[in-house]
Amino acid sequence: MSNSIVANLKLAKAPIYSHCFSQDRSLVAVTLNSDCLVFKLTPGGKPALVATLPDHDKTVTAVDISIHGRIVTCSQDRNAIVWEPLSDGTYKPTLVLLRINRAATCVQWAPSGYKFAVGSSARIIAVCYYEQENDWWVSKHIKKPIKSTINCVSWHDNGIMLACGGTDGYVRAFSGFVKGLDSRDQVANSPWAEKFPFGALIREWYHGAWIHDVQWRSSQEKLAYVAHDGSFNVVDPSDHVSTTFSPEGLPLMALVWINDHEALCGGFSCHPVLFGEGASGWQFSKNIDKDIAPSTPASASTGDDDDEGNAPFGMSALKKFKELDLKGKVSAQVQESTHENAIVELAPYSVTAGNVTEVSSCGLDGKIVIYRV
Amino acid sequence: MSQSLRPYLTAVRFSLQAALNLTNFSSQVVERHNRPEVEVSNTSAELKLQPMHVSRNEHEQVLIEPSVNSVRVSIKVKQADEIEQILVHKFTRFLEQRAESFYVLRRVPIDGFSISFLITNKHTETMKTEKLVDFIIEFMEEVDKEISEMKLFLNARARFVAEAYLGEFVY
Repeated sequence: MSNSIVANLKLAKAPIYSHCFSQDRSLVAVTLNSDCLVFKLTPGGKPALVATLPDHDKTVTAVDISIHGRIVTCSQDRNAIVWEPLSDGTYKPTLVLLRINRAATCVQWAPSGYKFAVGSSARIIAVCYYEQENDWWVSKHIKKPIKSTINCVSWHDNGIMLACGGTDGYVRAFSGFVKGLDSRDQVANSPWAEKFPFGALIREWYHGAWIHDVQWRSSQEKLAYVAHDGSFNVVDPSDHVSTTFSPEGLPLMALVWINDHEALCGGFSCHPVLFGEGASGWQFSKNIDKDIAPSTPASASTGDDDDEGNAPFGMSALKKFKELDLKGKVSAQVQESTHENAIVELAPYSVTAGNVTEVSSCGLDGKIVIYRV
Repeated sequence: MSQSLRPYLTAVRFSLQAALNLTNFSSQVVERHNRPEVEVSNTSAELKLQPMHVSRNEHEQVLIEPSVNSVRVSIKVKQADEIEQILVHKFTRFLEQRAESFYVLRRVPIDGFSISFLITNKHTETMKTEKLVDFIIEFMEEVDKEISEMKLFLNARARFVAEAYLGEFVY
């Protein structure tokens, strides 16, 4: 394990598609098959399971915790559920009226914590908020002009602009303005547009490959996204796109801004990659926790071709079994990166003065890893 | 290993590594389904990538069809004469009948190929992708050897049987 690892938690035997730490970093919620598990973390101790959120009946695809501690989960069973923490440590579920008829794929709370956005395979983004009079979470739909599954959504810090990316190869920015919740002052002097009526398409950028993650850098008014072609891209309000590629050429799945000029990406190469903005634009700056080049696996195949001539009609049964035994190759123990499978989500873990110093990641190997940047 | 086999296998290996980047993807056509997109007709063409066709010669080819949550790998095994055709057919049939204990094997090969593998996101999540690639490359290496070995046995056995049978007629 290299020295950039702060913590390495093996929480599940199945892939973790999404994870989220609570505001004070004492709880972590992870998806596991059709459940969502909440673990309590103690410094130096093992993570203890405090709650299982079981109401979904298909794979849970995403989880997020609001600034108030509410957990929202969404699943391939077309539902999203908001879990209200109770004083005894349990959670009270409330079903959200998403009104979608395909899987929900991603979810994120708006910075205010009073609304959230759910992306879906139904080519719809549902912006959900709590309606007092009905005691329900209701949703408004953004439909046009989305042409395929939404893979990722991200709120701007102003709580109104919503970026999304999907398998149609477009990155789009919409307005998620909800009357009664948001005010116009939040987007005063925004460089992106003049007016923000709900559902309006503010910008769109065509990339071509599937978009796996988008993230705003609100203070810089920039938007970064990663795609299946292994590219990392940054766009700004003047529609200038800066593109660079992952060094291994494998697709990137997740991204997180470190500071105004650096971003960390993770993907199928199983270790995070840092991109930086220099004088000549964005480019690859370094690998974090990259495994040392594996030595060639020592093959244990024996010279079984030599003594074949003696056998009258090929192999005897005994010899055949013996050879089957030897077929398996014994590979030398190679040192691997901490994640043994693809990284699917990255999130800032500790932030000091706008700089992210530690990043948490989750992967298909069921691990949560915290990296020091 | 012959001169041209090495680059052929290397090309297949790199193509597989590029293709085996799969995500869990629920169907956007059928409600509450999660199915390998490469296996369903092209209602969502954007979910499939360009197929890769690696060909050593007309008898030995590999077709890799990637999609968002599954990859179909079809291998055409060398068949020089009729005996090899029969042997390959029997051999692949033997494997395909045991497909469920073989995980990544497809029960029916696609048209024009001897054997097909269907690798989905479930497989890449539970197994190491690198090892899956190794397995397919090793299979390609072994299968030729296996077939020619079987052919030799068959010939030797045929000769023995013929000798034993015709020996009856020798005075």
